[in-house]
Amino acid sequence: MSPLEKRKSTPVSKILIYVLLSIVSLFSLFPFYWMFVMATNPSSAYNSIPPTVTPGRLLVDNFMKVIDKIDFFQAMWNSFVVCSIVTIVVLFISSLAGFAFAKFKFRGKNILFMAILLTMIIPPQLGLIPQYFLISKAGLLDTLPGVMILFFLNPLGIFLMRQYISESVPDELIEAAKLDGCSNFKIYRSIVLPIILPAFATLGIIVFSAAWGEFLWQFTVLRDPEQYTIQVALAQLSNTQNVDFGMILSGVFWATIPLLVIFLLFNRLFISSITEGSVK
Amino acid sequence: MQPESSREKVEKNGEVSAYQATKKQKLSKKRYRSEEKKDMISGYLYIAPFFIIFSLVGLYPALFSIYLGFQKWNGLSPMTFVGLSNFEIVLTDPLFWKSVYNTIVIGIMGTAPQLVFGIIFAFLLNLAFLKFKHFFRVTIFMPYITSMVAVALIFSVLFSDHESSLVNYLLSLAGVDPVNWSSSEWGTKIAISIMVFWRWVGYNTIIYLAGIQSIPNDLYEAAMIDGANKFQQLIYITMPMLKPFIILTVFTSTVGALQLFSEPTVFLGNSAFTRDEAMTIVMYLYRDAFKLQSFGTASATAIILLVMITIFAVINTSLIAGKGRKKRGENA
Repeated sequence: MSPLEKRKSTPVSKILIYVLLSIVSLFSLFPFYWMFVMATNPSSAYNSIPPTVTPGRLLVDNFMKVIDKIDFFQAMWNSFVVCSIVTIVVLFISSLAGFAFAKFKFRGKNILFMAILLTMIIPPQLGLIPQYFLISKAGLLDTLPGVMILFFLNPLGIFLMRQYISESVPDELIEAAKLDGCSNFKIYRSIVLPIILPAFATLGIIVFSAAWGEFLWQFTVLRDPEQYTIQVALAQLSNTQNVDFGMILSGVFWATIPLLVIFLLFNRLFISSITEGSVK
Repeated sequence: MQPESSREKVEKNGEVSAYQATKKQKLSKKRYRSEEKKDMISGYLYIAPFFIIFSLVGLYPALFSIYLGFQKWNGLSPMTFVGLSNFEIVLTDPLFWKSVYNTIVIGIMGTAPQLVFGIIFAFLLNLAFLKFKHFFRVTIFMPYITSMVAVALIFSVLFSDHESSLVNYLLSLAGVDPVNWSSSEWGTKIAISIMVFWRWVGYNTIIYLAGIQSIPNDLYEAAMIDGANKFQQLIYITMPMLKPFIILTVFTSTVGALQLFSEPTVFLGNSAFTRDEAMTIVMYLYRDAFKLQSFGTASATAIILLVMITIFAVINTSLIAGKGRKKRGENA
């Protein structure tokens, strides 16, 4: 190909690429916009042809209907409590185990570490039924701790923490602290923890959002509307004979907005958490 | 301060008599050994929480499921051993095979395009001249942050049966009759596949993008000198170098597709467990267990699912791995 030809073809293909990426962005964004349109229109707007594609004025009215049908704020709070506690516990368990795997010598270390990685391939559905009866036997059915306990298991967290601690906590620092007579737990608390805080942000996002969006387990354990998390509560919105689309999408809209705001504020962190969580 | 003073102590000790030096050495050796022991105890202690929780809510239920697969149990009366009959019941149930078929069809339609488009999007997003890179990246990734339930509800409105639903309206502009998205054989599958595609394509794009960015630039420079155009670069450099990332995404997509549950369940709402057009394997399992109280057959289904996931994951990933090798061989 001659240089001239090349120069001539470039602007056209550049424009094409911009057009293509804009279409893709539109495809990604449109359902969000559509959700807002439906959440602000009366349900009758849905029956009009051509369909309504501009926001209406019922932002609050539709939400009132949601509150009538489900205990929206309680469900959001329940989800928030579950995910926060799960995140804190997983960060603690993972960083402690990651610290042990990265910095201590003990017999069977490699085999135990491999065993943890192997637990990742067990599909969550395999144990679903016994887990349900276990939780039921323990009297934790319809309770938030019953939901949480399964989420405490996070082999990926241990893997990531081990990786991060062995890369970023120098052995000399730990040796020096030992000479000073620091206990191992004190080393964890005052040396390892401050260093791995950035990794906590990454893992925290992975754990929190996974727990927030999980459905099968929450749907199985929670039957009492008082204890519903937001996912289970939202799923109830469409479980009626007279489906009110404005109401359904209003619920989805208000449940998604906090997430969306947090995502847009910390989008770089979110995106890097995906690559770190899966590429390592 | 502390380390310095201890070092001083060590230096001073160096000057004392040979006898004391050996005594000191013995002592420190002893201390070192106890230190080692302490580390070992700490090590086990620190990894214990995971193993304790895992054996309780992970391993025990998994093993119990396998046991339950050979029992007849309705959750109340005592279990009775029934040998392989649960497996026989499931494997001869047409609804089970329908759910396998549904899962595979939706899995292929929902995930295969994702991987292809993911690579293309990632390649485009990495082009040097591209402006607003970050904007495009964020928008393409955004669907992933919505929960599966939210996605299913949004799409259940976009794809409702009504002739005025947005998708049916757009189809009518193209002269296509309204589709029954929630009750027809292909309508349900297409709608669910599209929502799976919508939510996950950005996720895979981000992973591929990370992979592309790890490819050294001089490879492209060398190709450019040899006169390779962008498309040839994509086929002969990007694709082979991306292989580990493609294997990873094929693996996770395969496993994820076989476990599909939330999207169809929420999308279909009331009719989720009564109709069979979009019933997936996990929905079949859930229905057996929690709608029909047949925990034995549900556990048998779980075991069959485990076997299927293993087989499909191995086949798909080795297929991709093998393909890459062949291609590289051709180029050489």
